[in-house]
Amino acid sequence: MIVAAHPAVITLRGRRVVGGYAEGEALVTRDTISGWGGINPMTGTVIETRHELRGQTFKDKILVFPGAKGSSGWSAAFHVTRITGTAPKAMVFNEMTTKIALGAVVMRIPSVTDLDRDPLEVIETGDWVTVDGDRGIVEIRRR
Amino acid sequence: MRLTDTEQAMLDGREGKARQKAMDLLVRYGEALGAERFVDTTNVAGVPAYYSPVLLDYYKVTADDAYDVIYSRFDLDSDEVVEVPQMIVNSCGLQGGVDAEGWKTLGKSYEALRMSERSEAASAARGARILKTCTPYLAGNVPKQGEHCAWMESSAVVYCNSVLGARTNTEGRESTSAAMLTGKIPDWGFHRDEFRFATHHVQVEVDVESVMDWGMLGYFIGAAVGERLPVVTGRFSRPDLIRHKHFGAAAASSGGVEMYHLEGVTPEAPTLQQALGGKPAVAGIPYGKAEQRRTYDELNARASDPNVDFVMLGCPHAALEQLREIAGLLDGRRISENCRLWVFTSRAIKAEADASGYTAAIRAAGGAVLTDTCSSIAQAVPPGTKVAALDSAKQTHYLPAIMGIQAWFGTTADCIDAALTGRWNGRRP
Repeated sequence: MIVAAHPAVITLRGRRVVGGYAEGEALVTRDTISGWGGINPMTGTVIETRHELRGQTFKDKILVFPGAKGSSGWSAAFHVTRITGTAPKAMVFNEMTTKIALGAVVMRIPSVTDLDRDPLEVIETGDWVTVDGDRGIVEIRRR
Repeated sequence: MRLTDTEQAMLDGREGKARQKAMDLLVRYGEALGAERFVDTTNVAGVPAYYSPVLLDYYKVTADDAYDVIYSRFDLDSDEVVEVPQMIVNSCGLQGGVDAEGWKTLGKSYEALRMSERSEAASAARGARILKTCTPYLAGNVPKQGEHCAWMESSAVVYCNSVLGARTNTEGRESTSAAMLTGKIPDWGFHRDEFRFATHHVQVEVDVESVMDWGMLGYFIGAAVGERLPVVTGRFSRPDLIRHKHFGAAAASSGGVEMYHLEGVTPEAPTLQQALGGKPAVAGIPYGKAEQRRTYDELNARASDPNVDFVMLGCPHAALEQLREIAGLLDGRRISENCRLWVFTSRAIKAEADASGYTAAIRAAGGAVLTDTCSSIAQAVPPGTKVAALDSAKQTHYLPAIMGIQAWFGTTADCIDAALTGRWNGRRP
């Protein structure tokens, strides 16, 4: 019987959006996120009515989500989270859009997309996740 | 990304520091997208160096000396402050957070007004048109079919792609400010033919005629297709500009719709097959009476109290015909003393409304006609507002979350009735 060297570690491979390395606790949602009008950039909190993360903060989390939606103020709203110190540490997402690409660039946080498995199926809130933006690699450790 | 000689020259700093920083940001952005090149854009709509207290505080500047600092460090995401030169392509400024005339009505401070005016004057000095609206296409900036644009404002983007057949992604503040200085934007997404074909087919099985009908259909479609591209067929009558405006704005709020096709109506959808780009037909998403009612109920799930103390119209900014309709519905009567009525439009349309007497009619009824912003953008409602009435699915999506109030959604007539009586009497279709 072959035992994997690190049975508790799951590795996903994808494409670099923004380089850099970060690790932290995952915050996972199946809902897309609005920037302007969907978050409070002063507190790093989701405010959208009936969003499954409503009232929760993504500050210092590895944000795992389908992607961006809504207003073109997405990048600016998330850009402000960098200034107020409430930005996520990294982003892992499925759907590429101009909003999220520009937002990732100006937040200057490692970001990865086009993964070989759906990160929403694999990662759970609270998992410890490392994001290697340059290599497009995401590693998940169950807590 | 592969750069042309001109682009490389900008990136190397041969066109000055600011254009270098702008190109650096655009290259990082293009690479994040996976784009391979830029297109030349000739029409940019954004909010260059828009001042806010949080940015002025963070960069330790005042409204008098902020322009280069905010443009460089925030808009161009540059660690170095550079002198901002002339914009080199047709550039316009979209809505902001304060009305230059009605700032007191909005409850804004003189400092807020001054911030807005200083930023605006500095942009104008560099060649930007100060349109101050989410509807630049109603205020004199109408792109041509096929023109590569770089627009912010999701409701304007969806109008630009779908109705005008021009080409833009939903750009952000940083990418538009960079494009104003370079005339470049990544060749990705809606700039490319293959991205403009429908991915989803929505079959309308209930009559869609009124502005409210179109708003609900848009809100349903945005939730159903997310960021993808719908082609809509079935029982709708040919929409006018206002219906397109409310439909697209709604679809871009409940989802991320940046372009839609209406079979036989929009320029890239003469037929269903052409809208699909020759791909096999996709399974239809039905929109019938049940879906319409569910959408109405979802939009009205944000209110329970029938006592309305605020009516806000003009999202996206009202067209002249809408101001005429509002003046007509008021019909010389005064609104309830328990209610306020604010109608938002652009400066350009307000000038027309002034000339037509609609502004005076709305004011005589006790309402206000405001420009440059809206309640969601300005984060401004009359003091003590608990329950709003709205005729825009987009505003209904945003305002309750932003201001912590209830909001009813209905027709413009429902809203004017609420303004006159202080009660919500909107009816489910």
